[in-house]
Amino acid sequence: MSGGDVTTETTQRPLLETRGLTKVFGSLRACDGIDLAIAPGEVHALLGENGAGKSTLVKMLFGVLDPSGGEILWKGEPVRIGSPGEARATGVGMVFQHFSLFEALTVAENIALALDGNVPIERISEEARRLSVEYGLPLDPSAHVADLSVGERQRIEIVRALLQNPELIILDEPTSVLTPQEADKLFETLAKLKAEGRSVLYISHRLEEVQRICDRATVLRHGKVTGACDPREETPSSLARMMVGGEVPQISDAGLGEPGEVLVEIKRLSAPSRSPFAVALRDIDLTVRAGEVVAIAGVAGNGQSELFDVLSGEVRVSDPAAVTIRGKEVGRRGITERRLMSCGFVPEERHGHAAVPTMPLTSNLILSRHTSDRETFLSGGPVGLINTGAVARVAKRISEAMDVRKSGEDPAAGSLSGGNLQKFIVGRELDRKPLVLVVNQPTWGVDAGAASRIRQALIDLAKSGSAVVVISQDLDEVFEIANRIAVINEGRLSPPEPARTMTRERIGLLMGGFHDGTGQGHAEAIDAH
Amino acid sequence: MRIELKKRDGLSSLFSVLSPFIALGLTLIAGVILFLFLGKDPVRALYSFFIEPLTEVWSLHELAIKAAPLILIAVGLSVCFRSNNWNIGAEGQFIIGAMAGSILPVLFHGWESPLVLPLMMIFAMIGGAAYAAIPAFLKARLNTNEILTSLMLVYVAQLFLDWTVRGPWRNPEGFNFPETRNFHDYAVLPRIIETGKTHWGFGFALIAALVLWFVMRRTLKGFEITVLGQSARAGRFAGFSDKKMVYFAFLLSGALAGLAGISEVSGSIEQLRPVISPGYGFTAIIVAFLGRLNPLGIVAAGLVLALTYLGGEAAQISIGITDKVTRLFQGLLLFFVLGCDTLIHYRIRLVLGAAQKGSAA
Amino acid sequence: MDMTQAIILTIITAATPLLLAAIGELVVERSGVLNLGLEGMMIMGAVAAFAIAQVTGSAGLGALGGLLAGMLFSLLFGFLTLTLVANQVATGLALTILGLGLSGMIGESFIGLPGLKLAAIEIPLLSDIPFLGRVLFNQDPIFYISIIAVIGVNWFLFRSRAGLRLRAIGDNHSSAHALGVKVVRTRYLAVLFGGACAGLAGAHLSIVYTPQWVENMTAGRGWIALALVVFASWRPGRVLIGAYLFGAVSIGQLFAQSRGIGIPSQFLSALPYIATIAVLVVISLNRRMTLINTPASLGKPFVPER
Repeated sequence: MSGGDVTTETTQRPLLETRGLTKVFGSLRACDGIDLAIAPGEVHALLGENGAGKSTLVKMLFGVLDPSGGEILWKGEPVRIGSPGEARATGVGMVFQHFSLFEALTVAENIALALDGNVPIERISEEARRLSVEYGLPLDPSAHVADLSVGERQRIEIVRALLQNPELIILDEPTSVLTPQEADKLFETLAKLKAEGRSVLYISHRLEEVQRICDRATVLRHGKVTGACDPREETPSSLARMMVGGEVPQISDAGLGEPGEVLVEIKRLSAPSRSPFAVALRDIDLTVRAGEVVAIAGVAGNGQSELFDVLSGEVRVSDPAAVTIRGKEVGRRGITERRLMSCGFVPEERHGHAAVPTMPLTSNLILSRHTSDRETFLSGGPVGLINTGAVARVAKRISEAMDVRKSGEDPAAGSLSGGNLQKFIVGRELDRKPLVLVVNQPTWGVDAGAASRIRQALIDLAKSGSAVVVISQDLDEVFEIANRIAVINEGRLSPPEPARTMTRERIGLLMGGFHDGTGQGHAEAIDAH
Repeated sequence: MRIELKKRDGLSSLFSVLSPFIALGLTLIAGVILFLFLGKDPVRALYSFFIEPLTEVWSLHELAIKAAPLILIAVGLSVCFRSNNWNIGAEGQFIIGAMAGSILPVLFHGWESPLVLPLMMIFAMIGGAAYAAIPAFLKARLNTNEILTSLMLVYVAQLFLDWTVRGPWRNPEGFNFPETRNFHDYAVLPRIIETGKTHWGFGFALIAALVLWFVMRRTLKGFEITVLGQSARAGRFAGFSDKKMVYFAFLLSGALAGLAGISEVSGSIEQLRPVISPGYGFTAIIVAFLGRLNPLGIVAAGLVLALTYLGGEAAQISIGITDKVTRLFQGLLLFFVLGCDTLIHYRIRLVLGAAQKGSAA
Repeated sequence: MDMTQAIILTIITAATPLLLAAIGELVVERSGVLNLGLEGMMIMGAVAAFAIAQVTGSAGLGALGGLLAGMLFSLLFGFLTLTLVANQVATGLALTILGLGLSGMIGESFIGLPGLKLAAIEIPLLSDIPFLGRVLFNQDPIFYISIIAVIGVNWFLFRSRAGLRLRAIGDNHSSAHALGVKVVRTRYLAVLFGGACAGLAGAHLSIVYTPQWVENMTAGRGWIALALVVFASWRPGRVLIGAYLFGAVSIGQLFAQSRGIGIPSQFLSALPYIATIAVLVVISLNRRMTLINTPASLGKPFVPER
């Protein structure tokens, strides 16, 4: 830890620097000797896959986590950032990926919580209003967070960070929840911050974005720095190599033929919202045929999980004809009956929905297949004895087919990494070769290798003559695998359009609720704004 | 100095086995301190509390009699707690079960037949289950907090029993004592062996524990119970109904509490009185946790807690300390059990404050 | 003093322990912690207050002792649920069982002794107000404290920055932690406040309401107070209304018992418990309101990651 870097000293003293910063969780070195230097007035990208250690690193910079080793320097001086309050006092602001907001409180109260001292709420409201106008981030300080869209919520986080007048602002995957148009607005705000001489640490795994707005980039893989570069001088594939550490297999959709018979039909599907925080589904129409992948794009929280629940039968609707699967009206049938009709389902949330984290993989296999595979998995008639041997064999087959990496023969689901657990959960359904597969956010929080394997598997299933519905926020994924694309917004679904003719801009408009006359009900959609 | 927890990857199998024993050990240490504080010789006190009752055959029978209702209720509660249904009204279900089971020998005392006893058992189970169905219905239909409703119903049941025994069911030949007529021979639960007092209630308890152990360990129903308790959402995804599970868990535990009630009344007391339980329904909660919600563990835990009842009586006679010590021991035991369970899920580390600046934390 | 005044006075006396215990629990639950051990803390408060009043001869010291006993007991709860992250429901039950046992042991030698009563404090001028003055301003100090607690908690929760932080923790403890709010420390303080209120509420029973020691003298009031918090959908003002409604029910049934109106006394005694169930049912009919008002992290364990 002696000496220091002389060359950066002479050119420009970094605003923030880390030397050998390390964080160890049990046996996992989440961050392993990270060296990073952020110059004043630069937009610095921190690139890396899910699980590379980006979030752990910034949590240390913001005082949420204590480093296990190494040091942090602020303007050349070693500092200890023991709490978020100390980080703010130093001059670091933070916009979290999973927002640190409070649904039951107002915007102004949410902002007040991040400010130290006892400024009256009224003053905070006023100041927030002024800043939001100045940076083009419209906000109503008296609104309740529960009523706001994801984009608006992010604005609260940004305004909250700006109120501290920080010299360094950290944004953790800020565009993952935004429409392309909202993302453009954010980039304007960032440009303005940079012009004021502030530094930005921009965390992302989206190469295109990083190349567009960042001056320098540091790339992480498995907790280590694998490269530091000027992103504009790199190609997307050279950046990807640094991130992933090799080539990611390209997905092939060759052999996807003409769609066949209709397997899933949704007609005028409406469902009231089940809780104050849920979205109502309104007048949804959708047809999915054998041999095609239909993707449903949209910003999170627009009715995706509600639509999934209705498709899976976890929530039943009053109109039996609203959902037809393989010619049978199933609106009032439950998930078990639909599984018996050769349907498979993969929900978004792995822990506590698709899987029980404390239970071993074999138990999690029984979870979705106890009735569809009754003959293999159970014996003893009404007693329902579980054949542990048969279950273990199938679990092994799935793990091998999907290359699930795990410690031990049958570990608890919660001990697997996100990517490996997701491979198991998807594999659990693919193993049955379902005729209909509905997947919500198939690769959310999954590393690139696992993501590409899962996407390929979905395409292969469609190729073999099944109907696949993929609900996804990730536009790259949507374009990679879909034959047709529809967009969900505030519980309404746009009519699906062929992927070949769809553009990102158009999806962005549909995500914002602007239909253009091809679908029904577009007028109300606009009215709603 | 502060305590830091680190989540384990899985559950520690070592501490899963060890934690009830650590808790028992800590309770004994607390007992030593308590007896010293009361000015008693702790060795002598602990001996008369925990060892003496085990040295004579008749008191071993007493142990089995006291353990029977605790085990019966606690195995039912283990299904409730595992499926995340907080039935804490077993005491009330015990009472109502005992009353329903006593209808035949009290109101139709003229009918003496071998059919009476099985019918009493069935009535008791129906009565206990029906009483447990009230909080179950309110939870499943209206999402009403089952902890509070089931507990309130205990007070109602106690008052109802009190009124019944003093009023309509009072023994007309009983010199105005608040008690029903004595059960006739066909209504008394037989002993398991000729030579001792242990009645079939203990047999029911062992059978219930074995059956539920098998169900929990090997069958899809047991899997369903566990899944719904861990995550209702994952349970729905599996096609299990959390609402039906509310009824299943409450009705089952209510029926077992009712069976425990009639076994106690027809096996030991042989009539109804204003108070028929020294808090078995609440002590069974401790039994369930001490047994780590495992039916076989519950059998062992039931015997331990039954021992505290006997020990309390013994210690009162032999060294003159109040039998209230029993309740205290029971409460302490539950505390230590819950604290020790942390060891199963987390690694515990003591952090000395020096490394931390701003050591107010 | 006329009949109406007397009735209102007894209703207030019956309602005060419920109000105080419930307002304490409200703060605890607003911070996201469910302490079901209210009954245990109350009974400890009751026995400690009675015993200390006996020993020192001062009912005031007794009240203070009751308060401290409640706090001490809540600290035990806090250590288990906040530091050791034990199950909150089970720990609350343990606290109740332990409290009932320990209080029975401590109180054994006090059974049947005449107790000391906490003297009423007459507030000058205000107590001269016709009708209400005698009822509201010539009361025991614990009554005044209960009213101040309601007003104070309302101000604290909705007007102060610390209260905002507490509500934020109850809404989302992970976010609060990420912002640097001290989750565990705040919850400890809330739990201690709840314990103090419950202890004082118990003291009220044994040195104001019925100045004597009777085993299990709380008779489920801790549980009723818990129900009141749900009934009030976590709002201090509504706790006040609920507590007085319950006070009226329990006085009404005592009144009916003394008049001997032909209904068996056991049925009348069961009335407060049945009313509690009824109230819980009524409040859960409006599911939406319950969902919106329930602190979102209530009862969920929190382990800070560092």
